Amino acid sequence: MSGNGHHSDKGTAVLELKREDFVSDQETRWCPGCGDYSILAQTLKTLPDLGIPREKFVFVSGIGCSSRFPYYVNTYGFHGIHGRAPTIATGIKAANPDLSVWVVTGDGDALSIGGNHFMHAIRRNVDINLILFNNRIYGLTKGQYSPTSEFGKKTKSTPFGSIDYPINPLCVALANEATFVARSIDVDVKQLASVITQAAKHKGISFVEVFQNCNIFNDGAFKQFTEREFREDRTINLEHGKPMIFGKNRDKGLRLDGPRLAVVQLGNGVSESDLLVHNAAAPDPCLAFMLARMDYPDFPVPVGVFRSVIKATYEDLMDDQVQESIRRMGPGNLETLLNSGDTWLAN
Amino acid sequence: MATVEIEEKEKQVVELENVTIRFAGDSGDGMQLTGSQFTNTSAIFGNDISTLPDFPAEIRAPAGSIPGVSGFQINLSSRDIRTPGDEPNVLVAMNPAALKVNLPDMEKGGIIVVNSDSFSELNLKKAGYERNPLEDGSLAGYRVIAIPLSDLNANALKSLNLGKKEAERCKNFFALGMMYWLYDRPVEPTLKWIREKFQKKPQIVAANSLAVTAGYNYADTTELFTTHYRVRKAALAPGKYRNITGNEATALGFIAASQVAHRPLFYASYPITPASDILHELSRHKNFGVKTFQAEDEIAAIGAAIGAAFTGQLALTGTSGPGVALKSEAIGLAVMTELPVVIANIQRGGPSTGLPTKTEQSDLLQAMFGRNGECPVAIVAPASPADCFRMAFEAFRIATQFMTPVFYLSDGYLGNGSEPWKIPAVNDLPKIDVKFATNPEGFHPYSRDEATLARPWAVPGTPGLEHRIGGLEKQHITGNVSYNPDNHDYMVRLRAEKIARVASFIPEVEVYGNPEGKVLVVGWGGTYGAITSAVESLQKQGGSVSSIHLRYLNPFPMNLGKILSRFEKVLVPELNLGQLRWLLRARYLVDAVGFNKVKGLPFKISELVQEIQGLL
Repeated sequence: MSGNGHHSDKGTAVLELKREDFVSDQETRWCPGCGDYSILAQTLKTLPDLGIPREKFVFVSGIGCSSRFPYYVNTYGFHGIHGRAPTIATGIKAANPDLSVWVVTGDGDALSIGGNHFMHAIRRNVDINLILFNNRIYGLTKGQYSPTSEFGKKTKSTPFGSIDYPINPLCVALANEATFVARSIDVDVKQLASVITQAAKHKGISFVEVFQNCNIFNDGAFKQFTEREFREDRTINLEHGKPMIFGKNRDKGLRLDGPRLAVVQLGNGVSESDLLVHNAAAPDPCLAFMLARMDYPDFPVPVGVFRSVIKATYEDLMDDQVQESIRRMGPGNLETLLNSGDTWLAN
Repeated sequence: MATVEIEEKEKQVVELENVTIRFAGDSGDGMQLTGSQFTNTSAIFGNDISTLPDFPAEIRAPAGSIPGVSGFQINLSSRDIRTPGDEPNVLVAMNPAALKVNLPDMEKGGIIVVNSDSFSELNLKKAGYERNPLEDGSLAGYRVIAIPLSDLNANALKSLNLGKKEAERCKNFFALGMMYWLYDRPVEPTLKWIREKFQKKPQIVAANSLAVTAGYNYADTTELFTTHYRVRKAALAPGKYRNITGNEATALGFIAASQVAHRPLFYASYPITPASDILHELSRHKNFGVKTFQAEDEIAAIGAAIGAAFTGQLALTGTSGPGVALKSEAIGLAVMTELPVVIANIQRGGPSTGLPTKTEQSDLLQAMFGRNGECPVAIVAPASPADCFRMAFEAFRIATQFMTPVFYLSDGYLGNGSEPWKIPAVNDLPKIDVKFATNPEGFHPYSRDEATLARPWAVPGTPGLEHRIGGLEKQHITGNVSYNPDNHDYMVRLRAEKIARVASFIPEVEVYGNPEGKVLVVGWGGTYGAITSAVESLQKQGGSVSSIHLRYLNPFPMNLGKILSRFEKVLVPELNLGQLRWLLRARYLVDAVGFNKVKGLPFKISELVQEIQGLL
């Protein structure tokens, strides 16, 4: 295994980590053309620059193609069971808040079997980075529909079309008051790297949905708005503090008409000052929720950081109670504890 | 807390060697409280005691109804006792339903103290009585003492000007005071407890204290009680004692292991009867560095425990049978990743939701086999409430030494029952040496210790040891994912061998009685008290019977096979349909027979004596 930068004898790292330090010795086994390669590449690019020693990273995954991810990063990793990665990650972070804990999951792993744990990890605001590779299909088991697949989707298990109404993971995250919510696209490498970095730097739960193309079982799921020729006109990059403008010619925008979002053409009396300014730091998630629901073709598909707020994290609150207890009652003494309560002597 | 030494006063009393008292009433009548108080006082007084609380499953069934009856049985003795008693000698029944439910268990000619005020037409109807048993002669075979408890209590508290309902709530303390006089117990420990427990509510302190004292005085002066009884101090081995329930002892055992191992304790759990008390107890001890996590469900609890174990903490999860069922897949993950996680199962009546507040020991085969694949997990089981401390500690000793999950099988009877516990000195506790891997040179996540076959414990945060683990099969030594056929066969056998080797690190089992003979009784878990008492009494009569009690169930102690072969017949009494019997027969080819009871109740000494006699 390769070295991980220079360490002084005291173990404090003078961090000069490089991408190569994070590449594992395992051969990647995703299908050629899989969107996962891009996400892996951008992650390997961003990890060295986070200022965190390599040994402090832990990647936790569940089951699915996404969940092979930990094997391809040369850090501590835990390939867990289907849907349960957030529980393992919560235990890791609560036990050792010093670690940088990541969960890599998919639309089936996180929203189907893992829906419950997904919700609670977010609700608790555990400081972990939860990256959901959404390919709108079950890839590993070869092509069944997932909780994010479109209504009517024809797959191996739904030859007559899916009768499930899908859900939007961003909405689930926001409903649970996620303190950092972002979305990226596997092929938009610069934006993806930026979002991963911001997620890592946010203290608290950082949820990132990545539209990921499964070229074998659901090829082109997002191409309507991710292809180069359409991307600028059909997506909008949310930037905190900036007006919501999009389009190849930067000539379209979003504003609130009463309680609803509306797409408007700039010019003809509509100027930039009429548009919504994105506020990722808004204390409540309602507008973010509305933005998250925007979908092609009626709206531009939003990407970027929807929300980024700060509140006390679960592991800090837990640790605070332990420290406070030690302060108030003194460090526990086993002898005293065993002899507590009503005792008596037998002679 | 200072220890209390009680002196015995000389009185004209009838001496008893032991007495079994059952307090019973409506769920709202405070019978658990009354029973616990009587227990604590008796323990401090110096009797050997053993208890059996009997809770209804619902939080509050309709008042006065049969399903709402709550009971507490205590056996106190001047000699060594191990069970809460076969049949109560005394029943204190606070209402007709309590009488109806508990009368069938009573000893013939026993004492029945009733609150006659509660025997109204309505309450009799709720209990299914067509006529009043206090008047129709049906209780002729018992010594009935009918007391207008509610009235007497209300009168005693008159000076405090309480509302009727508030006063009524103290009547259990009045009954307690009476029972203290009847059995020559001091009231001071309860008065002290009342002062401390209700210190923020002086009116309640006054009311309860007055009720206890009034009850005592009433019993002393009234001619209803012609004699009272004394049960002398028991000759316990010298030392310092405290009364303890199994769940309390379990919690203390885990904390002790964490202190001795110098590793923080991480307890992840989901509330479930009868294990929730352990979560409550551990969550109070944060100043020991204990982190408790009430997870969103059973699976999240074990997931978090596995994560914590990965980071190097002493991690555990506690539950009952249904929770273990949910955790099965994750336990398999802990086996494949070879992480030390303790899974505490405080067993209860099953299957499915079963009988949440009743005891049973029917999860043994689940612990042995309840996972997909060849998935061995070590199993330990305490034998008595106080033994829970030692076996909880042992669970972690084995888990960390062998890098394996371990089942700790207790049950509702042990968890809620109590007995005196001789407090061990901290220095006498066994050592638990936890060593983490640190040297990247030659490190492989799945290399093996020569003796134990344990893999190294390499925790995140350690430079140079970065590795990935997970549920897929692992290549020997490297720990990489491997589907190789020979490797899989090898690893399956290696994991089995690792657990088998635990046998070299646990004590051999001791025979109670002669090393050979006609009948060997083999038990495990909470049946220890009843089995040992039954065997003891038969030995006294010259019977050729011995017994062993297994605290380690997987692997079995090394000398078990030899012991089994030295007896003509092997009897396995169990509170299930024969799970240990199944294992013994399969492993040792011994024609063991079972004595099986699945009533949600512990064994009576008398029924075991009868069964064993049939084989002698």
